[in-house]
Amino acid sequence: MKKLKQLWQWIDDRSGISEMINPLAKHPVPSGAKWAYVFGSATLFCLILQVVTGIALAFLYQPSSETAYESLKYINDVAPLGHILRGIHYWGASAMILLVGIHMIRVYITAAFKYPREMSWISGLILLLLTVLMGFTGQLLRWDSNGVWSAIVGAQQAGRVPLIGTWAAHFLIGGDTIGGASLNRFFAIHVFLVPAILFGLLGLHLYLVIRNGISEPPKAGRPVDPKTYRKWYENMLHREGVPFFPNAAWRDMAFGLLVVLAVIALAVIYGAPEIGTPPNPSDIHSNPRPDWYLLWIFALFALMPPQIESIVMAFGPPLVGLILILLPIFANKGERSPLRRPWAIGIVIFIVMTVAVFWYEGTKSPWSPDFQAKPLSKKVVGEVSQEAMEGSQLFFDKGCLYCHTISGHGGKRGPELTHVGARLNNEQLTLKIVNGGGNMPAYGSSLNEKELRALISFLKTRN
Amino acid sequence: MEEMKETRRNFIVKLLMGGSAFAGLLVSIPFVGALIEPLLGKKNEVWRVIGPVDDFKVGETKLVNFENADPLPWSGVTDKTAAWLRRSSENEFIAFSVNCTHLGCPVRYINDAGLFLCPCHGGVYNNDGSNAAGPPPIPLPRYKARINNNKVEILTSPIPITTLGEEAS
Repeated sequence: MKKLKQLWQWIDDRSGISEMINPLAKHPVPSGAKWAYVFGSATLFCLILQVVTGIALAFLYQPSSETAYESLKYINDVAPLGHILRGIHYWGASAMILLVGIHMIRVYITAAFKYPREMSWISGLILLLLTVLMGFTGQLLRWDSNGVWSAIVGAQQAGRVPLIGTWAAHFLIGGDTIGGASLNRFFAIHVFLVPAILFGLLGLHLYLVIRNGISEPPKAGRPVDPKTYRKWYENMLHREGVPFFPNAAWRDMAFGLLVVLAVIALAVIYGAPEIGTPPNPSDIHSNPRPDWYLLWIFALFALMPPQIESIVMAFGPPLVGLILILLPIFANKGERSPLRRPWAIGIVIFIVMTVAVFWYEGTKSPWSPDFQAKPLSKKVVGEVSQEAMEGSQLFFDKGCLYCHTISGHGGKRGPELTHVGARLNNEQLTLKIVNGGGNMPAYGSSLNEKELRALISFLKTRN
Repeated sequence: MEEMKETRRNFIVKLLMGGSAFAGLLVSIPFVGALIEPLLGKKNEVWRVIGPVDDFKVGETKLVNFENADPLPWSGVTDKTAAWLRRSSENEFIAFSVNCTHLGCPVRYINDAGLFLCPCHGGVYNNDGSNAAGPPPIPLPRYKARINNNKVEILTSPIPITTLGEEAS
């Protein structure tokens, strides 16, 4: 035991570990900083989890357009605990995105971005962007048909960038079409490029916490004045500061531990996302969906008026980015307490509600035609004339059922037609079918007179 | 420690810093080169044989697949591309892109209805590729198709990318 202690003393003396760590661990922090301050560190714990599981996955993954799919199958089905490893990486990513969002909301609500912490906010914004980029490229590395088509969807969005759109789209997928060059790029971006930038910025983000100190819990009627703040903060720490370790750090550790355990539990219980059909770009029976944290954007693109959509895709993200970057520069002083910043609370509630509503719609995606719909059964159609019977078959053949529900069967893109016969007369039905309108195509040219009569005859029995 | 103040040392230090920056610049050329390598060089367009003309009935629209223009040894199945091919008359074929112009999802052709439907956001195109409903800003693009030696051929081309402002035209 004594020998070990001596050995440690030698290492510590020659390396200066304690000298370096102790001032960091013991540096005074405001005493009121409680559970609201744990989300940033929990995000960091998730990142460490991602690095560890990511390295492990890279030992087994084949980063090539040809073999990635088979190696994923191998990791998932053959490699010992590979399924759980994938699961931890997936749920860790999910937790990281969720926590980084909560961290950002906490910082905004308590206005911790004000003087002198503007740079913490700005570096945090770039870290957020990189985190989402990691999430998206990670989804593409799940190289099945969903991965292939998600890459194409990503390229289409890049295509809306003014002037260099086509070039940006081709840059993303590595050429003018999906192919051998595609997956290597996503791999290099996900594993080398973005992490390198991310670690650099993270170093800055953490260094700034030490340099400027963590923000004290806000108090109404105690505005930030850049002229006097640093002096005041120093005095306050002197008066009532407590050492970061262990007085504040225990909460970070407790919450971080909880998050890591929860991620592992989710990985064990729910596992990793399923691997779909092979990454064949000519397989069109794919229904690409983003991972959950981008579902709200998927919904936004379905529900936005098409006229403004390309403009929003092109200018929306840079505009939002610019507003967020300028926020701490124009609002660097004044009240920090949420009680005195009702607009801040309102904005957060509005954004969270909006994202939640779009996210919910995204999980349902009622705008997507239901290609799984089967022809209406005899039971649903009921006792009807021969003509109406033919009409019910046409209702399936002509694709009506993909978008319209009848008695619980069919898609939800268009209005439900279970009782349409009671709502519309023959003339109104004819007009609607022949001319279409809104999101419905005109069927005038693809139905002959007999078919149209049969279809209307069937719809009139729905009352 | 005494800082170097002499003009000569000062000059040499600045020269070395400039030299380092230049070396960094030199290294960044092959770095950027690797990043944009797949975009460099002239792009080929190749006629790919799809099959005998007689495999297609007049008026019929079928999903066909073919190899893209630049297959690599490690492309595997990803070098495939698909198109909806219609024999519009005895001697004429039309090939539609499978990529929706909204966000690129794969459209499906509903034969009896004569419509292309997109599974992502519900875009609909008529059987000539014109917009019928939903969010797509422009009609379904076409590939060039021809008959050669009694076989149908399709000319490979880039995945159609809808750019800003295209929807206005």
